[in-house]
Amino acid sequence: MSRAYAKPIIRTSGLSKNYGDVQAVKKLNLEIYPGEIFGLLGPNGAGKTTTTLMLLGLTDPTSGHAAIDGKDCTRNSLAVKNEVGYLPDKVGFYPSVTGRENLIFSGMMNGLAREEAAQRADELMERVGIAYAGDRKAGTYSRGMRQRLGIADVLMKKPKIIIMDEPTSGIDPQGTRELTKLIRELADKDGLTILISSHDLYQIQAISDRVGIFVKGKMIACGRIDELGAQLRSEGLYIFDFKVERNGENIWTDAFQKSIRSIPGVKLIGKKVDGSIHVEANRDMQKELVRLLADQDYVIREMHQSGGDLEEIYRRYFEQAEKEGGENSGSSKDGKQRRFGRNKEQLEKIH
Amino acid sequence: MAGIKNSWKKFIEEENSSAAKTNRHGMKILYEKELSDHLNSIRFRILFLLLAVIMFIALYGAIGSISSAAQSTDAKTAAAATSEFIFLKLFTTSGSNIYSFSTFIAFLGPLVGIMLGFDAINEEMAQGTLNRLAAQPIYRDTIINAKFLAGATAVAIMIFSIGGIAAGFSMVATGLIPTGEQIARLVIYLLLATVYICLWLAWAEFFSVVCRHAATAALACVAIWLVLTLFQSLIASGIASLVYPLTGANAQMNMLNNYQTQMAWNRVSPYYLFSEITSILMNPNVHSTNVISIMESQEGAVASYLTLGQSMLQIVPHIITMIAVAVVGFAAAYISFMRKEIRA
Repeated sequence: MSRAYAKPIIRTSGLSKNYGDVQAVKKLNLEIYPGEIFGLLGPNGAGKTTTTLMLLGLTDPTSGHAAIDGKDCTRNSLAVKNEVGYLPDKVGFYPSVTGRENLIFSGMMNGLAREEAAQRADELMERVGIAYAGDRKAGTYSRGMRQRLGIADVLMKKPKIIIMDEPTSGIDPQGTRELTKLIRELADKDGLTILISSHDLYQIQAISDRVGIFVKGKMIACGRIDELGAQLRSEGLYIFDFKVERNGENIWTDAFQKSIRSIPGVKLIGKKVDGSIHVEANRDMQKELVRLLADQDYVIREMHQSGGDLEEIYRRYFEQAEKEGGENSGSSKDGKQRRFGRNKEQLEKIH
Repeated sequence: MAGIKNSWKKFIEEENSSAAKTNRHGMKILYEKELSDHLNSIRFRILFLLLAVIMFIALYGAIGSISSAAQSTDAKTAAAATSEFIFLKLFTTSGSNIYSFSTFIAFLGPLVGIMLGFDAINEEMAQGTLNRLAAQPIYRDTIINAKFLAGATAVAIMIFSIGGIAAGFSMVATGLIPTGEQIARLVIYLLLATVYICLWLAWAEFFSVVCRHAATAALACVAIWLVLTLFQSLIASGIASLVYPLTGANAQMNMLNNYQTQMAWNRVSPYYLFSEITSILMNPNVHSTNVISIMESQEGAVASYLTLGQSMLQIVPHIITMIAVAVVGFAAAYISFMRKEIRA
């Protein structure tokens, strides 16, 4: 890919931020290339927002450096803010003026003349699909409309890079789809580089070229989604979800569970809410599984292997990070036990 | 010399850099927006209307009491009422049951400052616009600088228009024509009233940075305002009689010290400082703000007027103190804003 030869447009080295004793971000090394959508995935409180604020020079790092387009984010924050659009989590607008006026103000702050800003505001509101509400006061906007207005607002300054913090949280599925499409377009058609932080892995999966998984201030994995999947499989996690039948009887019996557990390598089995069976193993035992089911006269309705999708990766890395945390406080055995306990708990929740 | 030249050159270079130009442009836009927000706000209109109504009532009262004093059969009262500076007297004379214009300004002025400043930062934070604003190409301090400047401009507009209307109204109503010196004194008075209100604006902005909720900030400001304007004199006299009791064996000896202590504690309050400024500036017959002024009135000093320069000399310490308190307030707001976490 040509991207591999391009120079990174966002680069951090050893970026750290402490709040008192708490390390919000630990030695982050990140490279983001022009024109890509990079997803920063992590649970709440992982340090994603702190990272984005440091990139914009709104918070000073405790140590390390961040540079955007060759400009130091801390020392030369004005030049950085000239090129980077920031869409904060729960973006707000001045409620007593219209959406259009809010955009015009942003445009003028970025050096546009009033007429120019007004024209651009109209174009952008058309583009994000809220032209009909341009003359309404921003205080009357719904969450989804505010988010769209936020994207228009960020585009007012003609940015090279956009940083978005949880752009689709709290928006209905239809709105999320449309926003996702819009964001994808910004990267594909306009060639913008976009950094999205989110805890919603489906969102990230749907939109990102590359993903960084962020847990407790540390980036524990980074790469393209398929790369992360391959990485995971090589570490030995095989997941099968299947549906079986036998004469219409209840198949979820102790004997059934026991027989599946008897296959070497199976670590966990469970039943999902739609009736399908979930099996996790540390080696590829698909053939044995199919043979066993056939031997016992089960009819296999469907079966698929997963492990390459982000959900598994996400959960897996969270568990690893938790395990590492557990190792610090207790023995590794405890950590392992807790990990399996947690898996069961999750499955029971699905029941 | 070379050092100064170099640093001057550097300063000019920095001011002409593209970053500084971008920042100045942002500052201008933000200042204009804040000012128009102030001028269009219901809050500003209510305050303006309130001050205008109070001004008319106060002037009406003053005109009534001065004209009745001037027609008095007692020659001394009549002479005092019709002094050379009778036009200024309209602003400081209270009616039979209403305070004077200047008392109202000293008392209610802080409220104007508080109302314009108490939600400057925390409101932006609550509506989620602060981080969006901070992500625009401006330095962070530009936000608070522009807000303070816009607030100060709004205060100046309000005070000078109220003062102008008051002067015009009294000229029409009484037929008095102010002399040049009286106009100068009035303008300086209005200017210092603006400084006095900006002092409260600066502190209100400090609380708007420190307090998360606008209501908390407003209550904190109003509490301080009430203590300093209404209760500071009680506190001052309490402390004075504690340190230098006016009863017992040393009562006579303590009198002067007691008075001076009380005075010093009173001057902690900007309200008192501004009242002294008003009395010196608006009444050239008042010669001093210290203990001499009491002695004079007791000893029957010759009534003579201070020139404007001499009057100003009397209140220079007051003006410097007021400006200093305003600067400290703004510095506190500035520093706490620069250290604040921007995230919502």
